[in-house]
Amino acid sequence: MSRILLIAVALLFLGLFLAMPLLAVFAQAFSKGLAVYAAAISDPMALAAVQLTLWVAAIAVPLNLVFGVAASWAIAKFEFRGKSTLITLIDLPFAVSPVIAGLVFILIFGTHGWFGGYLRAHHMRVVFAVPGIVLATVFVSFPFIARELIPVMQTQGNDDEETALSLGATGWQTFWRVTLPNIRWGLLYGVLLCNARAMGEFGAVSVVSGHIRGLTNTLPLHVEILYNEYNYTAAFAVASLLALLALLTLAGKSVLEWRQPELRRVAGTRQDRTRRGHP
Amino acid sequence: MEVIASAQRIGRSSRPVLPGFGLTLGYTVVYLCLLVLIPLSAVFVRSFGSGWLHFWEVVSSARVLASLRLSFGASLIAASVNSVFGLIVSWVLVRYSFPFKRFIDALVDLPFALPTAVAGISLTALYAPNGWIGARLEQFGISVAFSPLGIVVALTFIGLPFVVRTLQPVLEDLDREVEQAAASLGASPQQAFIRVILPALWPAILTGFALAFARAVGEYGSVIFIAGNMPMKSEIAPLLIVSKLEQYDYAGASAIAVVMLVLSFGVMLAINALQSFAAKRHGER
Repeated sequence: MSRILLIAVALLFLGLFLAMPLLAVFAQAFSKGLAVYAAAISDPMALAAVQLTLWVAAIAVPLNLVFGVAASWAIAKFEFRGKSTLITLIDLPFAVSPVIAGLVFILIFGTHGWFGGYLRAHHMRVVFAVPGIVLATVFVSFPFIARELIPVMQTQGNDDEETALSLGATGWQTFWRVTLPNIRWGLLYGVLLCNARAMGEFGAVSVVSGHIRGLTNTLPLHVEILYNEYNYTAAFAVASLLALLALLTLAGKSVLEWRQPELRRVAGTRQDRTRRGHP
Repeated sequence: MEVIASAQRIGRSSRPVLPGFGLTLGYTVVYLCLLVLIPLSAVFVRSFGSGWLHFWEVVSSARVLASLRLSFGASLIAASVNSVFGLIVSWVLVRYSFPFKRFIDALVDLPFALPTAVAGISLTALYAPNGWIGARLEQFGISVAFSPLGIVVALTFIGLPFVVRTLQPVLEDLDREVEQAAASLGASPQQAFIRVILPALWPAILTGFALAFARAVGEYGSVIFIAGNMPMKSEIAPLLIVSKLEQYDYAGASAIAVVMLVLSFGVMLAINALQSFAAKRHGER
């Protein structure tokens, strides 16, 4: 009896808070028919926003990927003082409001910022331009790949690498042929989550973008502009693209978790691990 | 010969030292400093740039205080709601089997994956006076959208996966023999839950609460659409930072940011301390 009651409560809660908002996006997007939907997502400004979003993710994700691999190699393979502090600092961007993430780059590169005068003298723009959007995106998606890879590398230990080295492999060979194949699913998992955040970021990007249509407008920002113009159907049509991205991310995540069940546990307990410094 | 030599090398107790420590650690620290630490320090430097007096003036103004109260208060409520329902959801997902369980389990991560702006407009559409849910609630005189209640709804959406994903692995590891022992000693299921299971879950509940809370305090995208953004009433602190920035008041924006950072770190530290206390107490039994 209590079993049925609890399941009902849980499903009702999830239905109300998760399923309904998801359904509402698609219901609103198609509320005026396919033609209106197609027109909204093929609008030149919408396409420019898609393009910019893809570009920003294509720059930000690889940057954080290289960082994530380097950080997890140093943290998982070696012992050194200050390791737990370093892990906490890597997690820092998660504890910072996205708005503050945007604010910091305005303070540094804005008109009245630290480098504002220098940039103006050299006719360069960082904020209210694409570089600022990339910086803000890198900041908010910073920890994703590192925090997935650190526990994966820690559980794998150093044995494989040590064997390869003693058989005469160079450091690079060991990394490419031994470490990388070992961590590939964890790596993909981190990239997936990092990419979802990079493409979907709103707050941080909104602060640094300047909202110039066709130039500094990412997809989430385009949704906001359309919505504020009371162009609701178009706003939801563009939003449905982002909802689709979210669904694809969840599907990919489930597939990876099914292939490698440890990933899920790692994802679930990582906060505990990093905070308390468990092995 | 070479094979024997390498075999001997493996056999020796001294293991080869992995390369790349200096390079990877150096790169990690430099990248971290350039992209996170130095930019964040700018907020602290700028907030005091116009002197303590100005900082205090900004921070103690009625509008800023109201927005901070709202941000922290709504986050506290949302994280509490999530702790209760997150516990039920994770319990159901771990202990019971029912149709579409895998699908529903995957759906729990939706707030992580769905861009916040999309969540914001969608929740607003649902809870607006003419929305699917809003229209029904309006009959009872409850308005959610464009009020502080709407903010709580948005923050609950955002925080849910933190609680569920923190609790799930702990529930999976929970020893069922302890429950069976409690039952065989005559405890009712309710007693067993309160006396045996809940104490073991406290640290994880607190962690989930802290993570959901921290995320909610800084949340912007999903809130601004549903909040209505009336000064003193439904204006969250991150929005006030944005409007200060739009007036080129960098020092004012930084001052609010510093207060938010310090307050949320303070809350996190307190919850961490509480959590390790709960873990210790549970361990001693």
